Amino acid sequence: MTDVLLSVEGLGVQIGGLTAIADMSFTVPAGEVVSLIGPNGAGKTTAFNVITGYMRPTRGRILFEGRPIAGLAPERIAARGLVRSFQRTSVFAGCTVFENALMALHLRGRAGLLDALLPFLRARREEAALHAEAADLLDLTGLADRAGLPAEALAYGEQRRLGIAMAAAAHPRLLLLDEPAAGLNPSETADCIALIRGLKERGMTVLLVEHDMAMVMRLSDRIVVLNQGRIIASGPPAAIRQDPEVIRAYLGAAHAAA
Amino acid sequence: MNALFAWGFVAALAALPLVFPDPYLLAVLTSAGIFIIGAISLNLLLGYTGQLSLGHVAFFGLGAYASALATLGFDIGIGFGWRVVLAPQPVWLGFLAAIVVAGGFGWLLGRLAFRVRGAYFVIITICFAQVLRMVALNWVELTQGPMALISIPPFSLWWPGQGVVPLYRKDQNYWLVLAVAVLAFLLVRQVVRSRIGRALVALRANEPLARSVGIRVTHYLVIAAVLSAGIAGAAGSLFAHYVRIVDPDVFLFIYTVTMVIMVVTGGKGTLWGPVVGGLVFGLMPDLLRGTAPPEAQWIIYGAAMILFVMFLPRGIVPALARRLP
Ligand SMILES: Nc1ncnc2c1ncn2[C@@H]1O[C@H](COP(=O)(O)OP(=O)(O)O)[C@@H](O)[C@H]1O
Ligand SMILES: [Mg+2]
Repeated sequence: MTDVLLSVEGLGVQIGGLTAIADMSFTVPAGEVVSLIGPNGAGKTTAFNVITGYMRPTRGRILFEGRPIAGLAPERIAARGLVRSFQRTSVFAGCTVFENALMALHLRGRAGLLDALLPFLRARREEAALHAEAADLLDLTGLADRAGLPAEALAYGEQRRLGIAMAAAAHPRLLLLDEPAAGLNPSETADCIALIRGLKERGMTVLLVEHDMAMVMRLSDRIVVLNQGRIIASGPPAAIRQDPEVIRAYLGAAHAAA
Repeated sequence: MNALFAWGFVAALAALPLVFPDPYLLAVLTSAGIFIIGAISLNLLLGYTGQLSLGHVAFFGLGAYASALATLGFDIGIGFGWRVVLAPQPVWLGFLAAIVVAGGFGWLLGRLAFRVRGAYFVIITICFAQVLRMVALNWVELTQGPMALISIPPFSLWWPGQGVVPLYRKDQNYWLVLAVAVLAFLLVRQVVRSRIGRALVALRANEPLARSVGIRVTHYLVIAAVLSAGIAGAAGSLFAHYVRIVDPDVFLFIYTVTMVIMVVTGGKGTLWGPVVGGLVFGLMPDLLRGTAPPEAQWIIYGAAMILFVMFLPRGIVPALARRLP
């Protein structure tokens, strides 16, 4: 029996009278890749927003490593080791790719005001370590030769990869990825899959939202299927593929649309 | 900017009173310098956190009053027959009081900035300065109201072999302001080049993303606001002991506007922006006074400001930085 890292219990979210999430319960075991799938508007991004503190749930509990996190500020949740990426591409515009990586490493540093004023005490060493770590991060994502470019000047696929790398930068225990492969071509998607595999091998647990079913099937240990704010199925990929309700509600619709 | 060039610039400024001991020139540069310190402090908020505080002069004024009152002493009733009495304190304590009082209000503003953003924050900061002006006008027992606090002692420094020397001369005050300006510049530089500065820029560039990587909004906005307000308070203290009279007009909106113009034309979010913008717009009124008819002076000033903003929207320093390698 593996440890449960994240546990969502009876979560409900209302946005201005509209029910975005009706009733959601699922768990993410440590060390696994769990995918949350469902049609557009099913409530996946909303679930991410609530889990990472950007929205308050109307009811229900969210436990991370056994401790409740619902209602904490996003930065506090990040400090506990739970970091998300964004569905819409999100970088620190006006800053270089390298600066973006450094900013994402915020939690790896601890220098405060005193260190700013007296950097020779210890901040200089910490800065050197952070610079090395940022360089490693860009190596890992294949963006090393882009380090000096403004982040917004990167190609779309590169920006998405930078986004994932930044979310993973501070070695969170749980990484939430919101449609990391959206809009990527097949070769970029393959890079993205490799990147997520690499993160898993480094011990990261991943909760993935993704529409690319081939990618979901290849990466996931478990899949949770959401439809209209409710979980309609969950289990290993092989079982989900054959679940009649899933096929009707989601896979069928996706196939029909394709 | 090149460190050698920067220190050369400071050395040239320091040598100026020896080469041109003209009291008018020194007076003009000293008041411009005090406002440049204000602009340097404003830049930390406006430039690096992106929060537009249009009440920045409030910290300047608080510093001026705190320093003046600490050095003059006061004796006021606070109701129920209680009185608060302070004997006159040495000027360096007034300077410290200015920093602490202004910094304390900066802390409040920083907490507020977290809850109230955008237009509401701007309006609240304007009101903040206006309310302080009203208090200064009406709390006559403490502030003398419109009669102003007068006979404020000049700044004094301890000097080896001479003991505590009051700074009456123009050149002494000029050097004092220059020294504080250099310290303020270095303080801001250290902060913006540190992990704190990186967090501030991240919050300005993309707040949701910054929070997602664990950057604490309140914490860093409060640090920036306290430092910014504290430096502005120090500038206010210099002002009080230089002109040696403080009236409620130190809280006038126009002074905030002057500092904003200095920061924006020079280049907000750059270390040298407020210095360059401050020199241009701090010295321009006095240059014009000698050359243009009175009715044209403010028109030229306004036109120059508009032209700078139109043609160098990001400011003089970023424009120069792009030209120079
Ligand atoms: N900020 C918001 N305001 C109003 N409705 C929202 C907001 N965010 C999400 N919703 C609604 O909540 C539901 C779930 O949306 P979302 O979580 O974005 O779905 P998904 O990510 O699964 O496509 C949708 O009906 C959407 O219209
Ligand atoms: Mg979504």
